[in-house]
Amino acid sequence: METPLIQFQNVFKSFGENRVLRGVDLDIYRGQVTTIIGKSGVGKSVMLKLIIGLMQPDSGTILFDGRPLTDFSKKEKKALKQRLSYMFQGTALFDSMTVFENIALPLAERRGHSTAEIRKRVREKMRQLDLHQIEDKYPSQLSGGMKKRVALARALVTDPEIVLFDEPTTGLDPIRKNAVHSMISNYQKRYGFTGVIVSHEIPDVFYISQQVAMLDEGRILVQGKPDDILESTDPAVQEFINGLETRHDDLTGLMPQPQGTKKFWEHMAHLRNHHIHFSLVLLTVENIDEINDTIGHVAGQIVLRNLATQVQQFLSITDTCSRLGLNKILVSLSGSNRKRAEDFCERLSGKLKPDKMLEGRPGANFCVSISAGFVEVHENSQLEELLAGAEQNQKTFFEFRVCTIAEET
Amino acid sequence: MPTAEAIRNGLEALGRHAITPVEEMGRIAIFFFKALSQIFTLPLQVRKIIQQVYFIGAKSVFVICLTGAFTGMVLGIQGYYTLVKFGSEGLLGAAVALSLIREMGPVLAAIMVIARAGSAMSAEIGIMRISEQIDALTTMDIDPIRFLVSPRIAAGLISFPLLTALFDVIGIIGGYLTGSLLLGINPGIYFARVQSSVVMQDVSGGFIKSIVFAIIVTLICCYEGFYTDRRREGFGAKGVSLSTTAAVVTSCVLVLISDYVLTSILL
Repeated sequence: METPLIQFQNVFKSFGENRVLRGVDLDIYRGQVTTIIGKSGVGKSVMLKLIIGLMQPDSGTILFDGRPLTDFSKKEKKALKQRLSYMFQGTALFDSMTVFENIALPLAERRGHSTAEIRKRVREKMRQLDLHQIEDKYPSQLSGGMKKRVALARALVTDPEIVLFDEPTTGLDPIRKNAVHSMISNYQKRYGFTGVIVSHEIPDVFYISQQVAMLDEGRILVQGKPDDILESTDPAVQEFINGLETRHDDLTGLMPQPQGTKKFWEHMAHLRNHHIHFSLVLLTVENIDEINDTIGHVAGQIVLRNLATQVQQFLSITDTCSRLGLNKILVSLSGSNRKRAEDFCERLSGKLKPDKMLEGRPGANFCVSISAGFVEVHENSQLEELLAGAEQNQKTFFEFRVCTIAEET
Repeated sequence: MPTAEAIRNGLEALGRHAITPVEEMGRIAIFFFKALSQIFTLPLQVRKIIQQVYFIGAKSVFVICLTGAFTGMVLGIQGYYTLVKFGSEGLLGAAVALSLIREMGPVLAAIMVIARAGSAMSAEIGIMRISEQIDALTTMDIDPIRFLVSPRIAAGLISFPLLTALFDVIGIIGGYLTGSLLLGINPGIYFARVQSSVVMQDVSGGFIKSIVFAIIVTLICCYEGFYTDRRREGFGAKGVSLSTTAAVVTSCVLVLISDYVLTSILL
């Protein structure tokens, strides 16, 4: 078993009478995104502050690479801090500095970076995070969403190994919220940092996490893969998740993933009891990273939303459609076999309208590459197998491009 | 039993009152030495120090000139009417110059800078504290004391003596305006008295005072802002307002007390 990168062992922390953490045990693995969920005020942010050293635990140990933090020499602590980066809940941007100076500060204060290099890296990050023409503005002149992105840029500009995000999307609208998630996920894949996110955004944040831990009453109640948490039988976990879960995904208006799974099992019961067949179609926006990079993460989310809207128009009343991860949509076609699923894909590929894909950005020259895979469900099928099957035949059957401007051939 | 508890509580409170100020002084001392050592730690923060010299020094020039001129003018009038009673109005130049250079210049310049820059310093750092900007610096491995406090203390050490000198010169000219132009003392006698009575010791004493005041003012104003979050009486914006008030009042009082101490040592 791999040693966790960061490990909490029986950590206690109190503020006066308020005993916030009461024996926290948590493992955070290298190269993964770990999300800490939990009610407000249970000490999720405190955990992040303990990791970065803004606070010290009353008792218990925090280990880095298997070594207790208390054993680190001053020099080692400094070196460790350079590997870490923190995105504050309230952004904590320096309000008397411009956006450029804010993002450049972590680099400028470290030795060994020339002015030209700093400028290049800051501009690069700003471009990647859709921050255009605001270099000379001050944080108070920006909208909430932009401030979050500037804070994100500042957290990522040093190419840290470990990034701690304290509620990175609170207070943002669905598109911007998903755009921030997509940015985090995109960066994580590209640079492979270890991410720790404190968030309330369920289930959106599950799409980008490999590990989820729930903090309740001062302890980690459960830790595991997002699906394990969703399926957890612990009443406190269920109560929390059901309380936050919505019937509609904020961004796409589709059912969120957990609801989709529930629906699948309902259909399955119909199949077993009444022999009503159904098949699944898995739609994937293959080039979401490319879209994010070329026209921006916000645009990427708009594309996803509009695709969902268009797909829904092809469905009959008994069909269901749910979001499955960052760039995937799962359609469940009731009463249909493989042939009908194939027809559905064919129809879809012919009729998706490019002009509706990215409203408000006329002339944006881009293509959305969508692949569709389908699979017929049998009585003894398992959801994971079906999805894997659908994903496998995606490439072979339908891969179509919807372009705003005719592709040059 | 209740009496025993009451006694214990009383003793605890007494102990707390005794320990708190000592603890506070210790904290200020550590804060000061950290900030002072960081002024000279490489790489020198030349740009930031220049920015602060501009803010504390250059931007205070107008207010220093204004108060310096009026202080000198008042000294001219008051001095004239006092001296004329003894028939020694010719000594006006000496009276104005000595009281300005030795006493009023350093003290009033310090108080004007407290009002203009000290309060601003405390509020700015206080707001950075409550909006987690200081924590953000720490997470970026930037020492907040080095980043925020050291340049201000360095700039104070540069600006205070210069502002004091300016205050003195403008004050002496102000004394000349009222003494000679308004009340008719011979300008030649006025300036000759200034020249003959002021010795190097007066000037250096004034500068020593201004340097001590520079340290007191910048240190207290930065310290109050920096630990805004430790206030028990008020949080957030209220805490910042309390810190700013505390910074201004404490540094004014300390300037006057240390002025007395320094005067008795220097004379």
